[in-house]
Amino acid sequence: MNEGRKELFQLLIILTGIVFLVKLFFIQVVDSRYAEMADSNAILRQPEYPVRGLITDRNGKLIVYNTPEFRLDVLLKDVRNFDTVKFCTVFEMSRKELRKKFREMKARREFSPYKPTVFMDQLSSTDFAKVQDYLDEFPGFYVLARTTRAYTTPAFANALGYVSEISKRQLDDDESRIYKQGDYVGQSGIEAFYEEQLRGTRGIRFKLRNVKGIIKGSVGGGAYDTLSIPGLDLVTGIDLDLQQYGEFLMKGKAGSIVAIEPSTGEILALVSGPSYDPNLLTGRLYSSNFRQISSDTNKPLFNRPLMAQYRPGSIFKIAQAMTALQEGVINPDTRIRCDRTIINCHGAHSNEDLRGAIENSCNPYFHNVLRRMLNQGKVNDPYEDTRIGLAEWNKHIMSFGFGRTLGVDLPNEKSGLIPSPAYYDGAYHNRPWKFSNIYSLAIGEGENLVVPIQMANFAATVANKGYYFIPHVVKAIGADQQPLPEYRVRHYTSIDSAYFRVAADAMQQVVESGTGQYRAKLQDVIVCGKTGTVENNPPLFDHSVFIAFAPRKDPQIALSVYVEDAGQGARAAASIASLMIEKYLFGKTKRPYIEQYVLNGNFEDVKKTVEVKTEEEKPGEERR
Amino acid sequence: MKREDSISENLDWTTISLYGALVILGWLNIYAVGYDENVGHSIFTLSLNSGRQLLFIGASMIIILAIVVLDMRFYDAFAYVIYGLLMVILVAVPFIGKEVGGNKAWIGIGSFGGQPSELAKFATALAIAKFVGSVGFRMDNFRNQAILFALIGLPMVLILLQKDTGTALVFACFMVVFFREGMSPFLMIVGICGVAIFILTLLIPNQWYLHGAILAILLLLIGFGKKKLKRIVLLTLGAGLIMGVIESVDYVITDVLKPHQQNRIKALINPDADPLGYGWNVTQSKIAIGSGGLSGKGFLQGTQTKFDFVPEQSTDFIFCTIGEEEGWLGSLIVVGLFVTLLLRIIYIGERQKNRFARVYAYGVASIFFFHFAVNIGMTVGLFPVIGIPLPFFSYGGSSLWGFTVLLFILLKLDAHRGSLLQRL
Repeated sequence: MNEGRKELFQLLIILTGIVFLVKLFFIQVVDSRYAEMADSNAILRQPEYPVRGLITDRNGKLIVYNTPEFRLDVLLKDVRNFDTVKFCTVFEMSRKELRKKFREMKARREFSPYKPTVFMDQLSSTDFAKVQDYLDEFPGFYVLARTTRAYTTPAFANALGYVSEISKRQLDDDESRIYKQGDYVGQSGIEAFYEEQLRGTRGIRFKLRNVKGIIKGSVGGGAYDTLSIPGLDLVTGIDLDLQQYGEFLMKGKAGSIVAIEPSTGEILALVSGPSYDPNLLTGRLYSSNFRQISSDTNKPLFNRPLMAQYRPGSIFKIAQAMTALQEGVINPDTRIRCDRTIINCHGAHSNEDLRGAIENSCNPYFHNVLRRMLNQGKVNDPYEDTRIGLAEWNKHIMSFGFGRTLGVDLPNEKSGLIPSPAYYDGAYHNRPWKFSNIYSLAIGEGENLVVPIQMANFAATVANKGYYFIPHVVKAIGADQQPLPEYRVRHYTSIDSAYFRVAADAMQQVVESGTGQYRAKLQDVIVCGKTGTVENNPPLFDHSVFIAFAPRKDPQIALSVYVEDAGQGARAAASIASLMIEKYLFGKTKRPYIEQYVLNGNFEDVKKTVEVKTEEEKPGEERR
Repeated sequence: MKREDSISENLDWTTISLYGALVILGWLNIYAVGYDENVGHSIFTLSLNSGRQLLFIGASMIIILAIVVLDMRFYDAFAYVIYGLLMVILVAVPFIGKEVGGNKAWIGIGSFGGQPSELAKFATALAIAKFVGSVGFRMDNFRNQAILFALIGLPMVLILLQKDTGTALVFACFMVVFFREGMSPFLMIVGICGVAIFILTLLIPNQWYLHGAILAILLLLIGFGKKKLKRIVLLTLGAGLIMGVIESVDYVITDVLKPHQQNRIKALINPDADPLGYGWNVTQSKIAIGSGGLSGKGFLQGTQTKFDFVPEQSTDFIFCTIGEEEGWLGSLIVVGLFVTLLLRIIYIGERQKNRFARVYAYGVASIFFFHFAVNIGMTVGLFPVIGIPLPFFSYGGSSLWGFTVLLFILLKLDAHRGSLLQRL
């Protein structure tokens, strides 16, 4: 009776041993979770956030820098004997707020009791100083030091862009897998475009700690630690004084100023009005400020120099002229009668040559010029002929950088529109069209759309007599001190450089004796420019436009000014352009009354006063 | 005929070597738990557990000597006396004992003292052995069975009064001895079924599934068996009884067990449910063991051990150190040593011609087996956490001495197996 029982017991013993060994095998060898959990128990991974690259202007003045910021993380499994009352006292919050914070933390996607999770973010140095001494009493709470952006000036906000925490969608889209939740990322402007150069490399420190969370040392004596590498510093081509002056002049107005150095394509100033203070979009008030700014009906976040698409108006006539010369349908001496029955015109002139037509901005002249260009009689059918002409015209105009994105180093650049035959086919639903349908193109109205940066680039092209460098904000990256390679290449237009001289002559005349003489002429320097007045919907005023470059010989600055709802180009835009030129070349203006005129923003009634002034100036007393 | 009792020649050296290996390994592990690399004490430092354990080991040597020298008939003669003495001490403990770690199991003067419950284990083994080995004992006699249960029941109750549930449970292991000596399997099966139902009730939260399953089985059995009324009635009664047990299990768990005990069981069922609360011990234990991999992190290199992540690591969870520092291979060696020891003890037991010695051997084996199975089972999450030491590994004088005495009395008896009077 007892025999089997001994064996049974022996079997039980052996079986138990086997069960244990199998279970142990699973825990120790097969399942790797425990090894990881052991590491996360004993090893604390402290990321060391890199310092973001600095941004300066062309003269070395600091624009964007970094300021310290602290973040409180919680490792829930290390939290012991949590004294709620004390915590609330130290951190100056109510128990309700504290509970809310814990709830928020646990609701985060990445929350785990075994890993540090963000508890309180964006504590300034003063906030942190208050609580620093008490942190020992709250095991499980860790502090992470990092930096956030700060700005020396509210200027240049749109182009600089802002930095904020990476969004979930951005994280999902990040193929490089470099980013983690909580990282700061450039969201717009230069911060976004040069994110890769600015961000630096995260370092990491591995620390050993015991069950109480007290750091006991470094793993492997620090052998596995890596230092963070700061981001590359950027030097922008911006002249901060000029930029600030431009923003000052644009106060209370909507529109844009773009200034470029023609010999390099470096952007000297990029003004978008209205704008906002970039310091508002950093720190703890970021979300409430962002909401406020983005809902402002004047759209301060809309970066006009790159994103606004306007009709060019009369400044387009310069491009028309050069295209027509290149096509051979006119020459500089071609005279055309100013027939105001065809199309409206203004000013005292009747039969100008090309330069005169530009100087006076004669509409009928260019109406005729465009017709000659589009209907060159290459085929008999006028529709087909127009198509051919338009295609050629489109090619030339687009070679100036219109109708497509230039590739500026800022995001959200728009391309504008230069119509092509295909475009009109679509617009007219494949019904036939010819010159008489589209003649507004001649004077820069109609379907043409240009972006202010394209206009400034055009001025730079004329200044360079036939080529341009793609406009760019950043002129030097890191130690190399070079811009990105694509900005070091010359882009030539399809127009001979001889014709550019004609254009420059004409533009000089505009300022000396033409529509620009009242407010754009300067004593000490030859300014070349062109006014434009773009039709707007009544009762709003027309848009005021001006492009210019100076000095004529060895040009230093080319710019475009576009002021919405401000009347004739000769008024607001011309004034601003010439003031900017004075500021850049001489450091200040010699014509404070013009400055005052601009700041007043009243562009209708002051006309008489100014005209009185110019009548006092007699011809011959003009100085170069 | 008087046989020359040459003590050293007849002692079972296999067992002694196994004992020695386990004690030394245990000692080294205790050192590893207390080791702080910043301080770097040697293993002999008295302020560390390992130093003190060495003292305990030293004392064990003296105890072994005493046991071996003492005449072997002493144990048989004084079995009941020893048992009685210890029961009296156990009674006194709740009154004069000190509260340590949730239970009042320790008595002493100053820092000298011990846990009588550890000594009660071998005393009970002796008493049972003597009783079963006594003339006229019959396992199928109801009165004898009752006395047997009383013999293990008394220390159980007394230790429960000390609030040391874990140690009290140890005494249930003597059921194995009873079984070996002929007790009907019916009780064992009932016991096992009871435990199975208990576990099932815990695992399957919805009672109705269980009740439904029982009913289904009942119907099947009725349908496919002989359709005799008596049988059907018995089956139905049995089913009813089981369902009653299920209900009462639920009652026991929610209303009788204390919260921390409930939690221990909950932690067993689903250890990941509250890893920071009641699941903490087991989770940390598994993390420590699991991180050891195949060959461990190396002696004194265990991060979980060094940084005190596993609670009670010197005592209940001592096995974690082996798991973490010596890996699966280390675990294999320790488990192997224990299994070998257990099988050896059974072998010794079977070669006894004397019933007292044989029953005692089985007592020794079942006590060791219970500790081994439950302690390691705790650390890997196969058994609820009840505070039971791992023999020779867990730090502590009382448990070391208790097990040493337990084992060496057997060796002494075994050494004289040739000359003990035969008894039926």
